[in-house]
Amino acid sequence: MSERDECRAGARFPGRLPLSQFQGLMARQERGGRHRRRALPVPAVTTGPVLEVTGLDVTFGTGPDAVHAVRGVSYAVRPGEVLGIVGESGSGKSVASLAVMGLLPPHARATGSVRLLGREILGATEKTLTAFRGKTISMVFQDPLSALTPVYRVGDQVAEAVRIHQRVSRQQAAKRAVELLDLVGIPNAAQRARAFPHEFSGGMRQRAVIAMAIANDPDVIICDEPTTALDVTIQAQVLEVLKRAQRETGAAIIMITHDLGIVAGFADRVMVIYAGRSVETGSVDDVYYRPRMPYTMGLLGSIPRLDTGGGRPLVPIAGSPPSPVALPPGCPFEPRCPIAVPACSEKEPALEPVDAPDHLAACVRAGEIEAEGWSPAEVYRVAEPQVPTEETASPVRPREEREVVLAVDGLTRHYPLMRGAVFRRRVGTVHAVDGISFDIREGETLGLVGESGCGKTTTLMEILELARPQHGTIVVLGHDTSALGARDRMAVRRDMQVVFQDPLASLDPRMTVYDIVAEPLRAHGFGNPGPRIQELLGLVGLDPGHAARYPQDFSGGQRQRIGIARALALEPRLVVLDEPVSALDVSIQAGVVNLLEDLKRRLGLSYLFVAHDLAVVRHIADRVAVMYLGRIAEIGGVGDVYDAPMHPYTQALLSAVPLPDPRRERSRRRVLLEGDLPSPAAPPSGCRFRTRCPLFRTLDETGQSRCVNEEPQVRPFGEDHGVSCHFAEKVEVV
Amino acid sequence: MAGFLLRRLLNYLVLIVVATSLAYMLAASALNPRSNYEGRNPPIPEKVIDARLSELNLNDQTPLVQRYLTWAGDVAHGDFGRTVAGGSVNDDLGRRVGVTLRLITVGVVLGSLTGVLVGAYAAVRQYGVFDRLATGASFAVLAIPTVVLANILIIGAVSFNELTGTQVFLVSGEETPGLEGDLLTQLVDRLRHLILPTLSLSLGLIAVYSRYQRNMMLDVLGADFVRTAMAKGLRRRTALVRHALRTALIPAVTYFAFTFGALLVGTTFTEKIFGWHGMGEWLVDSISTNDVNTVAAISCFAALAVLVASLASDVLHAVLDPRVRVG
Repeated sequence: MSERDECRAGARFPGRLPLSQFQGLMARQERGGRHRRRALPVPAVTTGPVLEVTGLDVTFGTGPDAVHAVRGVSYAVRPGEVLGIVGESGSGKSVASLAVMGLLPPHARATGSVRLLGREILGATEKTLTAFRGKTISMVFQDPLSALTPVYRVGDQVAEAVRIHQRVSRQQAAKRAVELLDLVGIPNAAQRARAFPHEFSGGMRQRAVIAMAIANDPDVIICDEPTTALDVTIQAQVLEVLKRAQRETGAAIIMITHDLGIVAGFADRVMVIYAGRSVETGSVDDVYYRPRMPYTMGLLGSIPRLDTGGGRPLVPIAGSPPSPVALPPGCPFEPRCPIAVPACSEKEPALEPVDAPDHLAACVRAGEIEAEGWSPAEVYRVAEPQVPTEETASPVRPREEREVVLAVDGLTRHYPLMRGAVFRRRVGTVHAVDGISFDIREGETLGLVGESGCGKTTTLMEILELARPQHGTIVVLGHDTSALGARDRMAVRRDMQVVFQDPLASLDPRMTVYDIVAEPLRAHGFGNPGPRIQELLGLVGLDPGHAARYPQDFSGGQRQRIGIARALALEPRLVVLDEPVSALDVSIQAGVVNLLEDLKRRLGLSYLFVAHDLAVVRHIADRVAVMYLGRIAEIGGVGDVYDAPMHPYTQALLSAVPLPDPRRERSRRRVLLEGDLPSPAAPPSGCRFRTRCPLFRTLDETGQSRCVNEEPQVRPFGEDHGVSCHFAEKVEVV
Repeated sequence: MAGFLLRRLLNYLVLIVVATSLAYMLAASALNPRSNYEGRNPPIPEKVIDARLSELNLNDQTPLVQRYLTWAGDVAHGDFGRTVAGGSVNDDLGRRVGVTLRLITVGVVLGSLTGVLVGAYAAVRQYGVFDRLATGASFAVLAIPTVVLANILIIGAVSFNELTGTQVFLVSGEETPGLEGDLLTQLVDRLRHLILPTLSLSLGLIAVYSRYQRNMMLDVLGADFVRTAMAKGLRRRTALVRHALRTALIPAVTYFAFTFGALLVGTTFTEKIFGWHGMGEWLVDSISTNDVNTVAAISCFAALAVLVASLASDVLHAVLDPRVRVG
């Protein structure tokens, strides 16, 4: 964070808290030395750990069906330190933190030791625990939408947290709640404290939860995926609030996440957890730059990066995480490990120091990896990017010469807002999509990105419907959808197929894989689909012998592959992908992304790729369109848009994405957006982004009035780059 | 909110008019008051019958529309006409409503409260002994018709009385006729009459409400906000009552208002069996005596009760749940 941002952030939290109210807080800050700079990778704090977890085991159920969700996890955090806990879903990272808080469901058993400020709290009585919970150790949960009780006012819920642990009057607690809400950046805190949770946006609710967590000046704050449910610009805001909360309280933070980018910028130390066990732990720099455990290497290699373009294939980890019910006897990663040796399956390797004293890895070959200096790519034996041979390479014709497979011009979709039961009347209009234009040429991938509510899914649904849009035209493979008859529509559908976000929900659980993939073939009157299905399953990397199985027998990544096989059955030319990898873990996601790229090259497909993950889009797309409130903010070649974004929204969006690179992440300048997305039922006049635009604030009066009164159209800059901003300029943010 | 209620009330007024008119038409065309006078020995002259029926506005020789208009004109002035016996329907209505209210108020309140508590506790201890017992008992009660349940209660009460040799439970009527004594004696007598019908009513309600509340409670037990409340430092029990139960109570409370409205005319069996002369009994009796005016009046009252109850449930819902409050 630069000095300037710091000032700006300070300005956004106007009333610094009155000192008299925070004597305890100030005392702690003096004691703990709160303004520790992030530049020091190893905290220079000499006090003992505030939280020490040793040999934590959590088991659900009993007998042979018992699930060992957490197995011997140990860590310690010192005051003011940030520990990142990274793992995929089902790795036990959340369960471990709930065990620390004593909030496990009744059928779970936790053993080991959890010492908070030197006191054992695992298995302590409820009285002891409640005295600690919310006061010494507090927690921020993943889903802000459900973390607040819907029937109480937000202010009252924060005040409740104060009153549980402090002997203050109702009025004092309410006043303190307003101060806390102000501290976490809720504008108009006194008034907003009287609002109910449903009147808050997701980001605001998470701020309120953070306010509750810091209400009693805790020593440890556990954040369980605090930003996973939020959009990326809101995530950046919330992370900033967490940093601020940490500065104010001097608390240690345990940041549980699956996002290696967040950990890189936020944490001092990191622990990688796999199958309920810690497999590598150390300082952020050690783990990110010198990983010694193949799983960590795989994770780092499998994430698409915002700062490096396509070309570099992702490193998928083969297979999927083991079921916690049936763990392999040796190293749990052994079945997926590319450098496994027989010793790996004999017994589980212990967590042992590698290069640095506090860098531990659980791998029998860690020493070897260190000595040889293997990089993730070498460990995973990634093939060098194939030099296109004569056959495989599609002749790279210039874009203008290739056929247009999808052309959208001025597409508009408005939804009426209705009121009343008997006399229904229109009270407003939701401007879901408001005049967007783009085209996709043969063999090309267009990424459609934007935050939730920007209209990207509506756009996709309008295209898939193949009907006359409210305004504008959609031309699919040369057919104008407004002129299509039923027969033509059927024919166009054959050439345009779709892959949905949730692989389980989009596959009928009562149909076998064979039937699922055969369905489009039968619908279009192909006889005997058998051989084609064998071929398709092989094409998407599934065992054709598994055709008789049901979707629930497959893992998430495999299910998505079934969805892709179904989409490809009719040999379409255009495939519409709606967030196809966002429901998958990173190690799985990489495999699907690679598959999509491979299929596109081999089959000459064109993709419309709708996603909110900018890094994935950078990796897979040739061109990208950034949407904001139903309009296109910026459109162009991936290189142009990502390397030299010109629209202030694109700049903010890109700068909000955390990079999994600790050094770069620490030195980045963030363009923080203020506030939330305005309601699409009442978009701002003129430029829709102006209410949150950092550039707008720097303009003089004439410039500002232009933004207020005149709606910017997409203006061309350079060869293939369009920006809808009156005052576009190039800024490097990644 | 006031505008919303006003609009709602207007809608309801229309609905009540429609429902009552339809009920009158149906009753007037399906019931045959003339048969009350036929087949008597000695036979009553046709003219006398006609005159009597015309006096009561029940004569089937008069066109239905005309009868309806006469009836509707009276109703508009607050007069529901006269019973087949010649008495005022209004007087009967007032008395009968009083009886039903005395009968169901305690039963409904007791039944729903107990049901909610049983359901909530069963959910907290899901699959525990209490939960299993409560589930079994509720299904048993739900499976037994009110008739059987009420008679089992009577048999049990009578044998209890015989066993102890004292008349603890009184099984018929609202009060002992001709009982003399001070206010306390009267009250105790009424309570002794009330115990059995109240039990019979509330057992059914407990069964329904406990199932309902158990499910609602299970939905919120695992909710994140309950976990948040505990993470703040609330004890489990406090968090469950203050955050989980408070949220899970909303549907039960709105359902309560509805039950009350529906039961005002819906406790026919209980009233019949325990000899309380309330609305439910009246409806059955008036149908069997071809009492068109009374049937129409009861229908009107039932429509009013159900709609007021649904309005009350809407208001209660808005009071309890900020999410449904509109602008």
